[in-house]
This record gives sequence, structure tokens and C-alpha cells, in this order.
Amino acid sequence: MTEQLSRPTRRNPLARTRLPVPLGGPRSRAAQGLTQAAAEGVFRLQVCTVCRAATYPPRDVCPRCLSGELVFEACDPYGVLVAETRIDISGEAHFRERAPWRIGSVRMDCGPMVVAHLHGGVAQGQRVRMTLMLDKTGGAAMVALPATYGDVPPDDRVLREFTCDPKFRRVLVTDGRGSLGQAMVTALREAGAAEIFVGVADGWKPFGGEAALRAQAGVSPVVLDLTDTQSVMECASQIGGRVDIIVNTAEHVRAGGVMAAQGVSEARAALELRSLGLMRLAQGFGPIMRMRGADGVDSACALVNVLAVHALMNWPEFGVASAAEAAALSMSQCLRAEFRGGGIRVLNVFAGPQDTEWFQTVPAPKVAPMVLARAVVAALRGGGEDCFVGDVAEDYRARLAANAKALERELGA
Amino acid sequence: MRSRRAGYEGVVACVPVTVPYQRYSIQSAHWWIGRALHTLVTTAGLEPRDIDGLSISSFTLGPDTAMGLTQHFGLSPRWLDHVPMGGASGVIALRRAARAVQAGDAEFVACVAGDTNQVDTFRKTLQGFSRFSQDAVYPYGAGGPNASFALITRHYMDRFGAKREDFGRVCVSQRDNAMQFAPALLRKQLTLDAYMAARPIADPIHLFDCVMPCAGAEAFLVCRAETATAMGLAGVRVLSTIERHNGFPEDEIQFRGGWAMDVDDLWAMAGVDAKDVDILETYDDYPVIAMMQFEDLGFCRKGEAAAFVQSHDLTASGSFPHNTSGGQLSVGQAGAAGGYLGLVELIRQLTGQAIGVQVAGARVGVVSGFGMINYDRGLATAAAVLAAA
Repeated sequence: MTEQLSRPTRRNPLARTRLPVPLGGPRSRAAQGLTQAAAEGVFRLQVCTVCRAATYPPRDVCPRCLSGELVFEACDPYGVLVAETRIDISGEAHFRERAPWRIGSVRMDCGPMVVAHLHGGVAQGQRVRMTLMLDKTGGAAMVALPATYGDVPPDDRVLREFTCDPKFRRVLVTDGRGSLGQAMVTALREAGAAEIFVGVADGWKPFGGEAALRAQAGVSPVVLDLTDTQSVMECASQIGGRVDIIVNTAEHVRAGGVMAAQGVSEARAALELRSLGLMRLAQGFGPIMRMRGADGVDSACALVNVLAVHALMNWPEFGVASAAEAAALSMSQCLRAEFRGGGIRVLNVFAGPQDTEWFQTVPAPKVAPMVLARAVVAALRGGGEDCFVGDVAEDYRARLAANAKALERELGA
Repeated sequence: MRSRRAGYEGVVACVPVTVPYQRYSIQSAHWWIGRALHTLVTTAGLEPRDIDGLSISSFTLGPDTAMGLTQHFGLSPRWLDHVPMGGASGVIALRRAARAVQAGDAEFVACVAGDTNQVDTFRKTLQGFSRFSQDAVYPYGAGGPNASFALITRHYMDRFGAKREDFGRVCVSQRDNAMQFAPALLRKQLTLDAYMAARPIADPIHLFDCVMPCAGAEAFLVCRAETATAMGLAGVRVLSTIERHNGFPEDEIQFRGGWAMDVDDLWAMAGVDAKDVDILETYDDYPVIAMMQFEDLGFCRKGEAAAFVQSHDLTASGSFPHNTSGGQLSVGQAGAAGGYLGLVELIRQLTGQAIGVQVAGARVGVVSGFGMINYDRGLATAAAVLAAA
């Protein structure tokens, strides 16, 4: 049975915080194909291009025809839970403190037997839907959900180990001045976040939506300027121990390329906010989040970067902005490695141009801030770490995968 | 048609050695293997340089292999084997060594398995056990073999109606045997009630279904029968052997082992059959696997092991002497030595050298091995029929 998660009680300030115990261990290179699928939130298995057999665990050679041509492909994710067990005693501290822990053997409809983690709603003999998620150490994890559940299965204790559901958690949205930050607050309230801190820089300057933002219950505006180290450190010293999720919604979108720009001040401002801002955020909030990665149902769990998809390939029309996004992306990759031992996920959400004033001259399709905000929540509830939102972002992903060089030319044409 | 297999005429296994186990050891695998080899050589009345064949099995010898041990031990064998097959190592070492001696490639093959168990050895061994395990088992609760065999046991119970009490009978009777076997680490009497009341480890596996990891070593010598006789060494003849890897890969969950593929060959080559067997030594990492061996080796039909254990006394003095030293469940699991334990005990029994209860008039015995949960099932199976010389 699924255990109903209840709102966590107030912490005893005298009680010791449970520290994250990483479950390390090497994985094969072939298994990283599963990691890639899990990161993107899709279900794939290795399939032999010669004999079409699906196989698991990941191999380098097909066990049916001995070909070396195995590729990861979307596969039928359904199967039957043939046998299950409840591990009361594990050899690893990581699972000892999470005991009892259920696993089971699933016969996939597409052939392979998969040993999987079990959602609380799954029972032996039942049909299940297999999903690939990332575990606390960034490795791919097979998680069996009841076959009847939709895309958003009920949150439960096991699922929480693989997701970053904002329900019952306290979230910092870094920029409440913009439409994305405000949409984010709305989406997080819908998702049941316990408390939402909203960063506001230059509070003396009025901004659109300010009155509505300040009036919302459970929303606490805080002074936060990502371009100012002291501001970030002061904010972290006040609320750092209470932030479970950070959603970095800071934006700096200006049209223009590199050569035609007047000097470097625009580029400096973009890098200051997007790249160094992320660095300040990580230095201020990261160390304590990393300590709180196993702190119960409302443990610290995620840093979300909302990035322009042009971080992945420069769009000369917004050339300097693209470069700043790319720098932020590179920082986030470093942060992934630094956060991993603490069980904190760095979630990169790649968005196409938003339907906001800064992209006024760009033709549709564009992404409405509310759509992007809900996509961030969905990504937090999923088990991945790379998420693409909007038609343009999806188009980018497909073109990059097919031929990155072609995309470079197409964007410069 | 498959060509007829040659027998193992003229070869014996002798000089059974058990180095008493320890729960934890600060020594290395090299030390444990060295103790066994030393006991073997002195018992046989040989000099170390007489050992011209060496077969080694160990999980904790890394980074060394059998090769490195030759220099470490100061030996210069002309035949060398390293058998990394866990619980099947003993029988597989025996059948290879027997062929080497038979062909004249070596005169004296010392077969040794040994492992140490330092405080964190077992966890480290599990963590790095196999590539499939690293990718697809260990991160799933890190239950180790307990969790993998829990799934196999659950499936077996569902499929054939076996009950925990049936597994309990296997464990309790082995403990009875161990109480007479001085080297066993677990010699406190076990009752069926205590078995049933034990704490769950990975349901349906409970505490007394699990072996205790420990340090230890086992060894035996393979040589020509006439040589053994001349040296005054009591040996056993090898009537037949089988070996199989990754048998029945199509089975969803393991409910039979590769023995079932080769059992006809085993008895045909031996020239005896199951009812002629006086002692059975199974690989008992978990009682369900021992029961699978009853079935797959032909002592009862598939799915009927529960009824079999209900209708037989499995103690050394009972109607079906099984795991007469107490098996790994009571003696302890000293890594790869666990794959030798049954074979070494069977040599002792068939040569009248039992340390614990001697099975009266034992002439023919069967030992089987089972090794290496690479992903979701044990891959290696092997068995041998041995007879008093």
C-alpha cells in the first residue's frame, strides 16, 4: 500500500540532522545509456539493431545473436511483478536508514527481467509500468509504478527518493520581479509547497504584479540580488537552513551579437547575473543544502536552473545572451558533481523563447511563463535532471541529436 | 550425437583439509590459502616442491591470482589453474585436476580455496561483485545475496507450495550435524521454533536462512590412485562429474539449476543412480538452493523437495545424510572455500575420516556446487559422484 505522506512536523532544533550517506559505486559505460534516458525522463532499453531483441542489464554484446550493435530505444514500459521482497537488513548505511525497502523482479512485456524499486502501490502479481529515474547519486534507477497510474503517480516514500516533489517543501524562487518568477510561485502553491521565499532585488523599485505577489499566503519576499555577493550571503544566512529547493528564475535577455555590441558592458551584466549569480547562489545556499539532503520527507533536494535552450548552441541573434546561458550551463554541470554526494539534484530546464517583452520581436511558438512554471514542477516530480520545455526547445533537442553542426549553420543563416 | 566421455579411472582425491574458520580475520587470503596448503603438504608427507599442480579459488586474493601465489609461496608448478566460480569452484577444480593427473600433465595437484574476512570485506566484495550487479542489483537496496535469493525463494514457494517450515527442516538438521563438527562457527542448537521466530532479513529470508561470512580455507589433493596407495593416503574415486553455466536462461526466475540439464549424464557416467547414494553434500548458500539440488540431481521430482524433506531425516545419522558437517549454514561461508566445503567433507566421510558424525558404511556420495549470482540467478552449477576407493 502507498503510505500517505503527512506534512512533516516542526523540526526539533536539538535533534541531529541526518546526513546524506551516498551510495556510490561504479557503473559500466553501457549503463550510462540508462542514465541518459532517466535524465530526460524517458524509458529506454538496449535493443539489438540486428535481431531486435531487447536486453537488460546493459551489455556490450547481444545475448541472442552476439552482435555488438546495441542501441537504447524507447521500449514498452509495461510488465508484471513476478516476485517481490522487503529488505529489512541492507549491507549499506544508505538503505539501512531507509529500511524496509522493497524490490522485485519484473518480467517486461518486451522480454527482459528487471530488478526494480517498487512504488508503495505495487504488489506481486500485478501489472506495472516501469520508469527510469535518477537515484540520489545520479545513477539510473528502475522504479515500478502501478500500471493504472497516470503520469503523476501519488507521491510516496519510495518515490520521494527519486523525485524532488515540492509538496511539503520550502522553495526559494530567486527572482520575483519577472513574470516567470511570479508564475513559478503560483505553480509551487498549486503543488503544495510548504513555504515559498521569493527573492526581490532593488525592492525600492516597484514592479508589475508586486501587490499580488506580496499578498499571497505562504509567500515570503526576501531581499536577494544575485549580482551582489553580500546580498546573497545575507539571504542565505537568514533562510539557508530552511530552503529545500531553489528555482533560479533570474533572466537577462537582450538581443544582439558579439561584434556589433558596444563594448562588453552588456555581456558583463549578463554573465554577472546568469553565471556568477548561479555561483553566488551555490556558495551561499549549497553547503547547507548538501548537509540536508537526507533530512526526512522535506529534505533539501534540488537546485533548478531555468536556462535558455540557446545555452546548448549559440543563437547569434541573441548571441551574447546565449553565451551567458552557456556559461551558466557549464557551472551547473560542475555543481552536479559537487552536489551529488549530498543527494541534491541539479535540474536544468531548457526553455525556448518565452512569451515575454524581451522576446517581443521573436515569432511564435513561444512559451507562456505559466506553462514553463508548471513544467518545472512536473520536472521536479519526475525523476530526471534535463528537461526541455516548449516546441522550440524540443526542436533544438532533436536537431542537436541529429546533427549539431547543421543546427549551428541553421541558427546562423 | 555427443561423443562418449572418458572416465576418471586411476585418479583419486585425498588429503581433505579444513583450516578452522574465524568470523573475522586480520590475515590475508594469501595467509589462509597458505595455511591450507601447508597442512595439505605435511599431512600428505610431501615437500612443497613436490606440488607440481596448483588450483586456487578465492574472492579476496586481489590483486593477485594463482600466478602470483606461486612466487609468494615459492612453488614452481608445471600446471596452474585459477577457478573463479564461487560455489562451484570445488567440483570444477576437481574435474580439471583429475584430467591433468590422468593425462600426466601433473603428478600432485593441490586444490585450495580460501578467503579472509576482514571487517568490511563482505560489503566490498558485494559492491564490486559483477558488472551486472553494479549496474542493476546493488543500487537496489544493497541487500546482497539475501535479497536476490529472497526473490528466488519467494518464487519457489509460490510455484511449488513450499513453506518456511520446509526450509527450516534443512537448517535445523544441518545445525544438528554441526554440533558434532568442531570447526563449525555456529554450534548452538537450533529448533524449528527458533528458526521460524528469527528476524526477517529480506522476506521470506530470515536470519537462519543466511550463511555467516567468515575467513577460512579448504583443500584437497588430486593424484594417481597408485601413488596415493603407495603413500598410505586414503582417497576417493571420481565416478562422474558435470558442469554447466547459465543453464535455462529463459526461466523468468530461477526455479532449477543447470544440473537438470546434465543429470542424466551424471548418473549414466557414474554407473550408479540416486538411490545408491549414501551421502549428499549440496551447496547450501540458502536452503531453497539445497532443495533445488535434491530435485535437479534426481533425488526427488521437480517441486517435491518440500515433501522430501518432510519425509526424510536429513541428519548425518538419519535416513538421508545431507551436509554432514553442517554446511555453510552452520560452519560459515569462507568465501570461495564455501565451494569446497561439501567436497572436502565428502572426501572425509568416504575415507572414514569424519571430524563430526561419521556416516556408517558410506560408499557413494554426491557433492554439488552452485556459484555466482551475476545478476538475478546463480550461473555455475556442477556436481560429482564420488566413491570410496
